[in-house]
Amino acid sequence: MELLLDPLGYSFFLRALVASALVGAACAIVGTYVVLRGVAFIGDAIAHAGFPGIVVAYLLGWPLYLGAAVAAVGTALAIGVVTRRAGIRQDTAIGVLFAGTFALGVFLFSGISGYVADLFSFLFGNVLAIGPGDLVALVVLGLAVILVVAVLWKELLYATFDPLGAAASGIKVERLELLFLTLVAITIVVSLQAVGIILVVAMLVTPAATAQQLTVRFTRLMLVATAVGIGSAIVGLYISYWLDVASGATIVLVQTTLFVLAVVFGPHGVLAQRRSPVSRLADDELDDAGVAGAPA
Amino acid sequence: MALQWERPWIVAQIRREGGRLLPLWLLVDTVSHMETPQHAHARHLPMALDHDHPEGVDATHAHAHADVWLSDVSAGYGERVALEHVTLAVEPGSLLAVVGPNGAGKSTMLKLMAGLLTPWTGRIEILGQPAGREARRVAYVPQAEMVDWAFPVTVEDVVMMGRFPRLGAIRRPGADDRRAVQSALEQVGMARHLRTQVGRLSGGQRRRVFLARALAAEPDLFLLDEPVTGIDPTTQELLMDLLEAQAKRGKTVVATTHDLACAAARFHQVLAVNRTVVAYGPSNLVLDADVLARAYGGHLLVLDGRTVVLDDAHHHDQAAPGERHFHEHDGSR
Repeated sequence: MELLLDPLGYSFFLRALVASALVGAACAIVGTYVVLRGVAFIGDAIAHAGFPGIVVAYLLGWPLYLGAAVAAVGTALAIGVVTRRAGIRQDTAIGVLFAGTFALGVFLFSGISGYVADLFSFLFGNVLAIGPGDLVALVVLGLAVILVVAVLWKELLYATFDPLGAAASGIKVERLELLFLTLVAITIVVSLQAVGIILVVAMLVTPAATAQQLTVRFTRLMLVATAVGIGSAIVGLYISYWLDVASGATIVLVQTTLFVLAVVFGPHGVLAQRRSPVSRLADDELDDAGVAGAPA
Repeated sequence: MALQWERPWIVAQIRREGGRLLPLWLLVDTVSHMETPQHAHARHLPMALDHDHPEGVDATHAHAHADVWLSDVSAGYGERVALEHVTLAVEPGSLLAVVGPNGAGKSTMLKLMAGLLTPWTGRIEILGQPAGREARRVAYVPQAEMVDWAFPVTVEDVVMMGRFPRLGAIRRPGADDRRAVQSALEQVGMARHLRTQVGRLSGGQRRRVFLARALAAEPDLFLLDEPVTGIDPTTQELLMDLLEAQAKRGKTVVATTHDLACAAARFHQVLAVNRTVVAYGPSNLVLDADVLARAYGGHLLVLDGRTVVLDDAHHHDQAAPGERHFHEHDGSR
């Protein structure tokens, strides 16, 4: 018990706890759509695109996260527009933008001396170093993302499942797509302090991927993903505190562990598939009770 | 059916009253056991504009009364032309089959009507408004392979999507919506499968669920892309009964199909397309067995007294760039 309560006496730990739980939730909620659309690589590209923004903001003396936000949202919208208008395949456009923007960041960064420690925290995050001002910005933006999804979850769901049917029924799918990319970008910027550029894609993808192993209903999937996101953020933060290791990496490792457990022991996991065909019928009944996993 | 037809499209000309020639491109697929439908409307049906005789159609009358109205529409994807010079008026209460070979522009025609594709030239009015404006009164059902069936949604979730447009943002589905979903699922005989993930359904059950989604939306215009392709005869009969009932209530139904037998037996009107409108009218006129027999001549395959015309039956229209396709067993998720 003391192991759990002691760290709470430190304000930096409390701030980190609130920040990582909120980041875990926002990433899992937005990440549910990321996973269902199969666009995890977009999240990775947007995160890397934030890097030159951070460096430029540093050079100009701006708040670093403002730089990251401008670069990330700009890249997200560029991906949306380029793939729609220029007829370039999305994975090609992203391959170009991903490496190109990151290279620009490294290029600019290599001109600055004595900045190496901060580089490490941008690449891999350091949620324990979050200041009170940063926390306020993070909470506002994180809650804003969650609020937008709470308002538009139906439209986002319909447009993700059946974009043609949704567009024909009057949902503005194109605008929704740009809004969605913006949400991904803001979520990523919010998460940079916690997990950094390299690992943020795991925060987006892993909770929803884990939940996908456990349920076939969308709303339940999002709830399970959110629980996984928040839970692993809290557990990971404690472990990193006790062991004095990098917090972002620990959080991601907890998520990865949960994912592996779900893949192995979930209702449609590796073990379940070794059962006889008879148990498949049982799965269908589970299904009606709303418990079973994704189709084989 | 691996046989390839050398000339899948054969032109026949039949003489209509008034001495005007209506070109008939006679089609593909099984043209067997075609009865002459008794329900062909006696009233004036707007025919496709013959470009040599455009004055032959009362365009103003058609425009004023049509649920679907296209005037000299051309459209395509990128540089590629899919449809040109399409002029068409579909009256309320129509039950219209859009037929034609692969790549003829059937799906493109539906996308234009649904407002999913902006025409290069020409005008489109749907339910009296520019295409897309009256979207909440339109239900569009895409081809089965446009949908990711592994998606974590249940039958109930999918049908509820039909209610989303009328809910708008923020509002959650209420008792009315659940009743509409329940009633739509009962109509298609899927009420027992409320909580089943859609990927576990058979092909016919999936089509039923998507029709239920369209019914739950309570639209005035149904646009269905290949609703009866690859499903069992029982389901086909059920779906057609439901669509016919909707047409009787004054709703307009437009569906693409490869199944000429179904188009002849169950639809009231047939629109034959091949890059443009080649024939449009009551199904017994457009798909008449005698006309077929005369037209096909040596190219006609007669098996056990049944008339068969062959087509490579892969039913993808060429897709727009970036459009998704999902195939069975493609291993995703």
